[in-house]
Amino acid sequence: MSTSILSRPEGTTRSYPAYSRPLWRRALFTREFAVIALLVAVIFYSNNNVEFFDGPLTFYYLFLDIAPILLIALPMTMVIITGEIDLSVASVVGLSSVLVGQLHADAGLSIPVAGLIALLVGALCGAFNGFLVAYVGLPSLAVTIGTLALYRGIAVGLLGTKAVTDFPEKWTDLAKERIVEGSSYPMILVPFLVLAVLFVWMLHFSTFGRGVFEIGLNDEAAHFTGVNVARTKFLLFVMAGVVSAFVGIYYTLRFGSARGDNATGLELQVIAAVLLGGVSIFGGRGALHGVIAGVLLIGVISSAMRLENYTVNKINIVIGTLLVLSVISTTLLSWIKGLWSRRGRGSSPTSSETGQDRQAVAAQESTNER
Amino acid sequence: MKLRNRRISALAAVTLVAGLALTACGSSDSGGGSDGGSDGGSAGGDISVTFLPKNLGNPYFDISDAAGKAAVESFGGTFEEVGPDAASPDAQVPFINTAAQQGVSALVVSANDPEALCDALNEASEAGTKIVTFDSDTNPDCRDLYIQAATTEGIAKKQVDLIAEQIGDAGEVAILSAAANATNQNAWIDLMKKDIAENHPNIKLVDTVYGDDDDQTSFDKTAALLSAHPNLKGIISPTTVGIAAAARYLSTSDAKGKVALTGLGTPNQMRDYVKDGTVTAFALWNPGDLGTLAAFAAKALVDGTIKGDEGDSFDAGELGSFKVGADSVVLLGEPFTYDKSNIDDFDF
Repeated sequence: MSTSILSRPEGTTRSYPAYSRPLWRRALFTREFAVIALLVAVIFYSNNNVEFFDGPLTFYYLFLDIAPILLIALPMTMVIITGEIDLSVASVVGLSSVLVGQLHADAGLSIPVAGLIALLVGALCGAFNGFLVAYVGLPSLAVTIGTLALYRGIAVGLLGTKAVTDFPEKWTDLAKERIVEGSSYPMILVPFLVLAVLFVWMLHFSTFGRGVFEIGLNDEAAHFTGVNVARTKFLLFVMAGVVSAFVGIYYTLRFGSARGDNATGLELQVIAAVLLGGVSIFGGRGALHGVIAGVLLIGVISSAMRLENYTVNKINIVIGTLLVLSVISTTLLSWIKGLWSRRGRGSSPTSSETGQDRQAVAAQESTNER
Repeated sequence: MKLRNRRISALAAVTLVAGLALTACGSSDSGGGSDGGSDGGSAGGDISVTFLPKNLGNPYFDISDAAGKAAVESFGGTFEEVGPDAASPDAQVPFINTAAQQGVSALVVSANDPEALCDALNEASEAGTKIVTFDSDTNPDCRDLYIQAATTEGIAKKQVDLIAEQIGDAGEVAILSAAANATNQNAWIDLMKKDIAENHPNIKLVDTVYGDDDDQTSFDKTAALLSAHPNLKGIISPTTVGIAAAARYLSTSDAKGKVALTGLGTPNQMRDYVKDGTVTAFALWNPGDLGTLAAFAAKALVDGTIKGDEGDSFDAGELGSFKVGADSVVLLGEPFTYDKSNIDDFDF
């Protein structure tokens, strides 16, 4: 393909919808930025109004607590953007936790070896999900509900009702260690940041990532534009499995306890955070900075409310309400944008005035994402 | 060009998040130093006690926490009750961390796991918080005192005696427990197995199931037990949630009166079932007294009256004086049997 076709003809202005607004407005008036703004507001409010929130331990514990959600949210975001879902992640965490415990305690393997095997099993779990979804063509919701029970069942079956608690202090301390002595950043942020950079690159700056968005918008169209739909989905499920297994290792070492029921219900917390971060459950739309802000927002709200001695039920009510509001806000935002484009750019050929207005706006939004 | 602009905005946003996290944490670091001193000062003045039960919405802990609250208020301290909605150790850890951040004078915990809470408790302890466990213990080196309701042997033996009496010392029995990893449950179950094997050769323990201290799960597990073991003569449920759910199932099933049920329950939950003949007798200490004792033990530790060493003694209001035993354990007393004749004397 010659570059002369791709290069922009001199003197013409862009007319397609994505560039109808200036850069600052495209960057600021997004779901992602709304979440970031809310996060800043909540941190600012908590710093001033919540006793002990500005203490040295707050963010240290916060990061330790939300690290599992942060980590799994990375592959989960990509899975959801393709329009699929993976409900089995928490069960993989449990299975990996049990494996690390058993391989260490019963088989006498060292933690790195046991961890490596757990990661492999995590990849296998993900590959099984991915195979059924991508190559057999089963709906991911049904497949992963099945494997949610299956992997958890294997985990509880392997260890029974016991818990392995005998881990070398060197490793359990590492899970809680700070990067720099006295700072608020635990060591687990290092693997997270590495993975975050990797996933941001993969989703937003690579052809693979563009394929992910296209599959979410229309997988048939994606197929015809040359995206290997099945392989992309398969790889995403494998990634979800591996990252979940890694979280299982962290979980085990952080609590010094390998149990079959570790991290029960974590999958819903992850999905809630991903949706709060602006990813569309229907696929095709979302960005990782919004998701990371979403996870942090949930963490900060829980932490601040616990410091104010609210019970867990009230914390859940607030986070649940926030999630519902954020889902409604997408519809509301498109509606307002629709009104705006109808009023402001009535004569523009790209803005639709028909009943398909909503679709046009949705398409415009998704173009924004790329 | 199109892509580059998109990248710039994405990069800008990512940098923003990163910058935000860094500044937010940076400021919290600097704030921490100045706060440390004032926390220490206020902790000495009045006593703040936080109760952390296994989970919230558990009637058993509602009773101990209410009594704990009354006790804390009687000596002029401030009381808080926090807890997770599901009885799991990883859910308890954030609340222990929060207590450490708040610098509360004492934390009264019922542990969902003997080991998994240890690191968090030790961190709280380093922050100056006194740790009292009650009802379910952690490893002894992770807490200052453990308030034990009754001896493990006493409770196990009592329940086996009750079921043996009710089924004529022969037949199949099963156990409906709480979470599979609950410290106290497993200790009782082990001793019950031993007691049955040694002293009741005609009783056969056929199954142990776990209802996770959840009403619906326990109800379903009872149903499953009865269909899996048609010859079942009795069920022992050493948890208040489990025994109430099992009694509710039995009272409306054909097995009512044929399958005996005993265990640890509270009078208010069990009153109807004792009166309609589903349950003959069950055992329990007074969870309210347990909460009261834990609160006074916390006060004695904070005041410095005791250190938690064996032989220390402290005053627990109207409950009288208590002595710390080996391994820093304080024993409340022996379990009490509730039946038709006395159940109306109790209201908790």
